[in-house]
Amino acid sequence: MRDAATISVPGGCCSAGLAATVASERLPRQDAERWARVAGGGTASVDLMVPAIRCAACMTAIETELGRLAGVISARVNLSMRRVRVLYDPAAGSVAAVMARLTELGYEARPFDATAMAEIDRDSVGRDLLARLAVAGFAAMNVMLLSVSVWSGAEAATRDLLHWVSALIALPAMAFSGVPFFRSGLAALATRRLNMDVPISLAVVLSAGTSLYETIHGGEYAYFDAGISLIFFLLIGRYLDHRTRASARSAAAELTALSARAATVIGPDGVPMMVAIEDLAPGALVEVAPGERVPADGRIETGTSDLDRSMVTGEASPEPVGPGAEVHAGMLNLSGPLRVRVTATGEATLLAEIARMVDSAERGRTQYDRWADRAARIYAPGVHLVAVAAFLGWLFATGDWRLAVTIATAVLIITCPCALGLAVPAVHAVAGGRLFRRGIFLKDGSALERLAGVDMVVFDKTGTLTEGRPVLISGPTHGDPAWPMAAALAGASRHPLSRALAEAAEARGSAPASLDWVREVPGSGIEGYIGAGRVRLGRAEWVGVERGEATAVWLRVGDADPVEFTFEDVVRSDAVAVCDALRARGIGLAIFSGDAAGPVARVAAATGIADARFAMTPADKLAALERLARDGRRVLMVGDGINDAPALAAAHASMSPVAASDVSRAAAGLVFTGERLEPVVFALETARMARARALENFGLAAAYNAVAIPVALMGLVTPLIAALAMSGSSIAVTLNALRLRRAR
Amino acid sequence: MTILGILIPISVGLGLIGLLAFLWALRTNQYDDLEGDQARVLFNERDQPEE
Repeated sequence: MRDAATISVPGGCCSAGLAATVASERLPRQDAERWARVAGGGTASVDLMVPAIRCAACMTAIETELGRLAGVISARVNLSMRRVRVLYDPAAGSVAAVMARLTELGYEARPFDATAMAEIDRDSVGRDLLARLAVAGFAAMNVMLLSVSVWSGAEAATRDLLHWVSALIALPAMAFSGVPFFRSGLAALATRRLNMDVPISLAVVLSAGTSLYETIHGGEYAYFDAGISLIFFLLIGRYLDHRTRASARSAAAELTALSARAATVIGPDGVPMMVAIEDLAPGALVEVAPGERVPADGRIETGTSDLDRSMVTGEASPEPVGPGAEVHAGMLNLSGPLRVRVTATGEATLLAEIARMVDSAERGRTQYDRWADRAARIYAPGVHLVAVAAFLGWLFATGDWRLAVTIATAVLIITCPCALGLAVPAVHAVAGGRLFRRGIFLKDGSALERLAGVDMVVFDKTGTLTEGRPVLISGPTHGDPAWPMAAALAGASRHPLSRALAEAAEARGSAPASLDWVREVPGSGIEGYIGAGRVRLGRAEWVGVERGEATAVWLRVGDADPVEFTFEDVVRSDAVAVCDALRARGIGLAIFSGDAAGPVARVAAATGIADARFAMTPADKLAALERLARDGRRVLMVGDGINDAPALAAAHASMSPVAASDVSRAAAGLVFTGERLEPVVFALETARMARARALENFGLAAAYNAVAIPVALMGLVTPLIAALAMSGSSIAVTLNALRLRRAR
Repeated sequence: MTILGILIPISVGLGLIGLLAFLWALRTNQYDDLEGDQARVLFNERDQPEE
């Protein structure tokens, strides 16, 4: 946006957006529509998260292109939140069409949950805080202006007049803007605790009281300006804190389940009907079409297919299944239609078991003390002690009530944690924004604080260190006549191995051969004919060879010798670099995988991770993490599968890719978008920088207090000094936090 | 110093106008997309704030 040239060239700066086309799971059409909400006048609206929107050119490109789509009434991009709101006519347009168009344009889009979105739109708390902030700001500026006249020497009647006008502006403003602090302070006192808001409220009320008393009696000093600017600065901190949490919530709204909420149940009369997953009963017969996820735990009644279990168990290679095989909710059906007899629902499923483990892991995790809380616990009692000491000391020394109260008030105002109230929220807000711009979503401030302390990273293998999809690693030589055959057969199937093979063939530039007819044999492979000659592409046993170690498909043309194509779930392009970068920072690495020994060992060798554990169940992962925690390691868990969810919840800090299963994304503290692993390092760096900035801010606040408290105790704090000291320290702390924005 | 009787109400009044303008902008969703709006002024198309 700073550069006019990027605006004149649509898409000019968004090559990253075009490259970000992710082979994410297709949403079935009827599934996408449930994200829409009724917008009145027979229209519907949907909110989509589009992380790849980066500049003004993306904004116009998306708005004009979507505007041309049939049935779309308007499309509006929110550049700050990376969101698109589309208003459309449900009769002519659809969410699926909008998402398909966005994918064509090179933007990965994900729908927001409609009810959660409505909540975010209202954001009544944020509005309320902002309105109070505006009133406090208005009053502070005006009172400050009047105070300048007092400081520059207004006397007698003029000074009284200025004080009265100040009181008239400041008192109502304090009453209105101070409400959040009064409320929270009273709530703390009601449970007999002290929090930061108790000294704040006390300082505000006392400064208002003494200043009013002074004004009535024609006194020299009134602290209206200090009291109201105290509220102003603290409200800024409060608002920043709210903003960090609100943007995290909007990211979390997108995290609501993308998986199917309805299942196709075959009635006793053989008629299929849609039933909500919550209403499935054990014994029901469910149809699972290829490309759908299994809705509940059960046993296969009829049909053969291949199941992708990577989300559930971490096993990378699809497994052929037939009647009698046990399946779990969340497994992806790849090739043939299946009928599954539901054996367990609700509380009895594997998924519910995982959710219970997540719950208990979260409860078992030691209560985390946020930086600000830790500072407040030391600070709040200290402030009160010093103020009381000042009051008693001056009372005994001079016997002058009025002077003692005035000095105690000055102590409260000057020690009040303006800088402290801003120190952490400002850092969180800046760090959250920095992460957001890189497509990393922070759930809340404490996730960032935990991340900063991490000294070990545990990776899941499938879908985290690896891409979670197979890639051809060896096959016949270039120009081999097997290629056009393989390309033709593979093109007819949606099996991940077939897709990988078709992709590889295309990359080698071999055009598919023309076959007379082709059919897919679920669980076995694809069969085609050229005249009377049969061509088969599929599992080893099916084409008549011994099954080997590697994930492979075989091509057999007639009775000729079969040709082998082997695949591997390749390591993400930057996984090795990420591991090296983490090691360079002195961070220990480990792999916890549910996959078999062979594939795990290969990935461990590629990334140089010595501690690679395989065949782990979710409970194993959880137990291993708890052991590490007992040994004093603070672990960052990075994982995506359902089987990783308990570990993500139990770890000191956790991250998961946006393509992860719902439970994992819900359990993780940070969620990152994109095909690369590099956000892990970036987030860790940012968290560490944020911790450094926050500590510096505490240092600044402490240094300021070390100077200010003795001065206040000696009774030397005039309103002018109070105003200068307070603004000075708050601005210093904020500027220090903003340094994060520009860091590297 | 009687001039203060005129100047102070004027200065406070101006401040109040600013405050009310801000609250109005807040209520009409003009603070929802600051990044987008700073770019939108540069485009020629007719453009209205979102309701």
